[in-house]
Amino acid sequence: MALEFCPHLLKSEAPTLDLTKSLKVNLTSKELAEARRRLGREPNETELGMIDIMWSEHCSYKSSRQALRTLPKTGKRVVVGPGYDSGVVDIDDGDVIAFKIESHNHPSAIEPYNGAATGIGGIIRDILCMNCRPIALLDSLRFGNLESGNSKWLFQNVVRGIADYGNCTGIPTVAGEIEFDKSFEANCLVNVACVGHGKAKDLVLGRMDRPRDIIVLVGGATGRDGIHGVTFASRVISEESELDRPAVQIGDPFTKKLVIEATLEALRTGKVTAVKDLGGGGLTCALSEMSSKGGTGVEIKLDAIHIREEDMTPYELLLSESQERMIFTVDPEGQDEVLQVLEKWNLPYSVIGRVTDTEHLTAKYLDKVVVDVPSKLLTNSPPARRTAKKPKAESNAQTPRFTNPINLSDTILEMLSDPNVATKQAVYRQYDHEVGTRTVLKPGDADAAVLRIMGTVKAIAVKVDCNSSHCYLDPYKGHAAAVSEAARNVVATGAQPIAVTDCCNFGNPEKPEVYWQFKEAIHGIAYMLKGLKIPCVGGNVSFYNEDQRSGRSIKPTTTIVMLGLIERLSLITSMAFKRADESIVLVGKTFSELGGSQYHKLIGYEGGKVPNSIISRERASIRTTIEAIRRGYVTAAHDCSKGGLAISLSEMAIKGNLGLTVDLKAVPHLQSMKAYEILFSESSARFILTSPESQTPKLLALARRLGAPAAKIGKVSTSDYEVTMGKERLAECSIRHMREVWQKTIPQAFEMN
Amino acid sequence: MKVAVIQFPGSNCDLDIFHVLRKVLHVETNLVWHKNFKGTDYDSAVLPGGFSYGDYLRAGIIAAHSPAMKHVKEMAKEGKPIIGICNGFQILIESGLLPGALLRNQGTAFICKWVKIRNETSNTPFTKTIRKGAVLDIPIAHAEGRYVNEHDGLRELNENEQIVFRYVDNQGKISENSNPNGSMDSIAGICSLERNILGLMPHPERASETILSPFSDSDGLGILSSLAQI
Repeated sequence: MALEFCPHLLKSEAPTLDLTKSLKVNLTSKELAEARRRLGREPNETELGMIDIMWSEHCSYKSSRQALRTLPKTGKRVVVGPGYDSGVVDIDDGDVIAFKIESHNHPSAIEPYNGAATGIGGIIRDILCMNCRPIALLDSLRFGNLESGNSKWLFQNVVRGIADYGNCTGIPTVAGEIEFDKSFEANCLVNVACVGHGKAKDLVLGRMDRPRDIIVLVGGATGRDGIHGVTFASRVISEESELDRPAVQIGDPFTKKLVIEATLEALRTGKVTAVKDLGGGGLTCALSEMSSKGGTGVEIKLDAIHIREEDMTPYELLLSESQERMIFTVDPEGQDEVLQVLEKWNLPYSVIGRVTDTEHLTAKYLDKVVVDVPSKLLTNSPPARRTAKKPKAESNAQTPRFTNPINLSDTILEMLSDPNVATKQAVYRQYDHEVGTRTVLKPGDADAAVLRIMGTVKAIAVKVDCNSSHCYLDPYKGHAAAVSEAARNVVATGAQPIAVTDCCNFGNPEKPEVYWQFKEAIHGIAYMLKGLKIPCVGGNVSFYNEDQRSGRSIKPTTTIVMLGLIERLSLITSMAFKRADESIVLVGKTFSELGGSQYHKLIGYEGGKVPNSIISRERASIRTTIEAIRRGYVTAAHDCSKGGLAISLSEMAIKGNLGLTVDLKAVPHLQSMKAYEILFSESSARFILTSPESQTPKLLALARRLGAPAAKIGKVSTSDYEVTMGKERLAECSIRHMREVWQKTIPQAFEMN
Repeated sequence: MKVAVIQFPGSNCDLDIFHVLRKVLHVETNLVWHKNFKGTDYDSAVLPGGFSYGDYLRAGIIAAHSPAMKHVKEMAKEGKPIIGICNGFQILIESGLLPGALLRNQGTAFICKWVKIRNETSNTPFTKTIRKGAVLDIPIAHAEGRYVNEHDGLRELNENEQIVFRYVDNQGKISENSNPNGSMDSIAGICSLERNILGLMPHPERASETILSPFSDSDGLGILSSLAQI
């Protein structure tokens, strides 16, 4: 409904800024001079606020875009690459998948419930903008250690925020990851991803190409919430951040659900020419990006905007980040048809202006021009020159002499109860992961979630992953391995990896050591993506993740969302052991790579050699696994990573409720490794597969042919978890006991204090 | 047989049940916006799951007072079969078509998981092809599904054989652990005295294709296929 009462219509002039609370501008003096030069005059206060937002790190990627250019972005399946609301990938037969990940770290660290919820809201809109139906949500979360009250509080409320918001929108939350590490104590990471399905022929892009199209602001009324959320996200968290609480938006999942359905229905009329969500930077960001991309301009009437707070200034109207809002551009001839859809869904809207050919963003208030700036001035910020310097490396520390733990069974049990390893069932049970009737492999079933594509025999696999401990010790190798691990995650379900989108989370880029981490990370990601021929179709960067009190940055963490395509539903493979007496086959070689491992965490050591992810090895293991699944040799598959062989085997056993006997002598490994190293090394390029006895020789022959080291290391049993080294018994635990230990940690974190 | 799946703002299992009825069971089914719904056009109505009107105030209560529900009541009076699933069950209760109340789960959190329910009566149009005592695999996904009723109300439900499904364990037995939300008497679904209205918290539409089931079965189909046969 168009609002009948807009208080500002009664006023004779625009409310003005309260100069006592005058603008806090984050622009540097150089940037300010550049803005004046490009504008050819002094910007007024509203314009200055807009430039400040658009040139912030969050909107402009001014510190990161040069490095990001090195990522491979093309491939035969890429339909829409970086630069739009979400990347889009072709999965044949006219079907496309849109997917995108975004951080909502700063808001979540201050106000975890709404911070996480609105993060989901934003990412859903990014998918919707492409005219794809959102079909899955994923989230990648990082908190400090659970012993800390603050971390526990953040963890509980972030999960609750995701559950309450995601469940209500009817989009299943199908996968994710959670890490606990003290570096995230003050600055938790909340990265949320959304996946959408659509048809290639129906795609729309968030750009204004046609002057005279009508601009409609759809959805929630505009209030003062979230003003300057973007500049807040481009600063370090400090005690003053508490004062930023009003910069966190409030989510409304019910309105979001209406926005989803109304937008998709409006797009079906064929009269909506472009859609863009209003997220960081509000109207300013959406209008300038859309017009800048289309080489057009816009003219809007600020007094036409439906608002929910009185006396909002032009500045506030242009910068508000109120949630659940979208911009539509509409063919003038189809205006009535589109507005009828919005009325059906009871969705407030206002017609706020038109696309022009001036290439300027012009805003009027009561017919007085209050803003007039070139769109491209806003969207093309000057790049920030940052210097990179390798930190004095803890990462080069020598691994001390370790010996085998006295009791390996106890070590394995202790590791299973570590929050980083323990099952996250208590979390994903709170998320509706079934709605949509697409979720074939559900949370916990496999390394990635698998969703069928309705009306086809295809499915997609999706997973988000990163190992911050590895990335911290060696950002290059750690991030290369994050890509290959995410790839192995989808491969283990029977999918071919086809594209990624990433979310970079780092400290303050003005610090040379942090900027060095960032550059190394991007190099590592680019190296592995190129090697595996996987394009990156989008991404998001979050800097300034550090705690001002301690001055410590978070561990560098670029989360990788991997998308895989499964050609036939019959290929879908889960990780649970299926039948006793089947062979357990390890693909890939084990090296002494315990740097950043769960084992080191357990003994309180930070240092050593992190897993080295080498392209040729990754390709051989991936090809072997995919081909073996296609040929029907494989009954269960699991990427061998966190916690090494010991933990990966435990997970397969617990999920299948079956035991195992494994002989470490049979594991392909580097000479002279100790038993614990073989068990707990987190070397990359490894899969654990099971196959019926009759198929095992064929599986091993296939691996040989494709150049992957592989061996049968044991058998599935009906009794306990038994690991030996030749005749020597190393570990023996009952599956029931392992399950109990593995299940009890996370629920404890949800208990009220 | 012509079935209406009624869409309220905030319904989110509407497309799922529509898919199963249309594509799996080949029942003539329409998705109908609540404002356009007329009971006389249909032989049966389904109230799908979701968060109608955001579940503000109380789950299901705003939809319960919509004009569409007047039509549903008319249909019910004529003996036409009506199913309410999850939020649909909440709407049936809030509109007085089924007795009792659905409260916040014991433990308060939203729960999404596969459970087992036991068919307690074959004497309804929805369960006539399911053996009494049969145990079905089916998922739940709700925060407000704890069924409660007064002492006399429960007694009447039992006496009149109106309890259709109960949560049970793997052996088909009622136990504290098998009751996911703290429902009285482990109640998962009930029917009206006239037996033509069924409300249940579990989602049969999510358990109607083997590919979606961890157990490779399609037990929910038994409940929904009744609509094809009526």
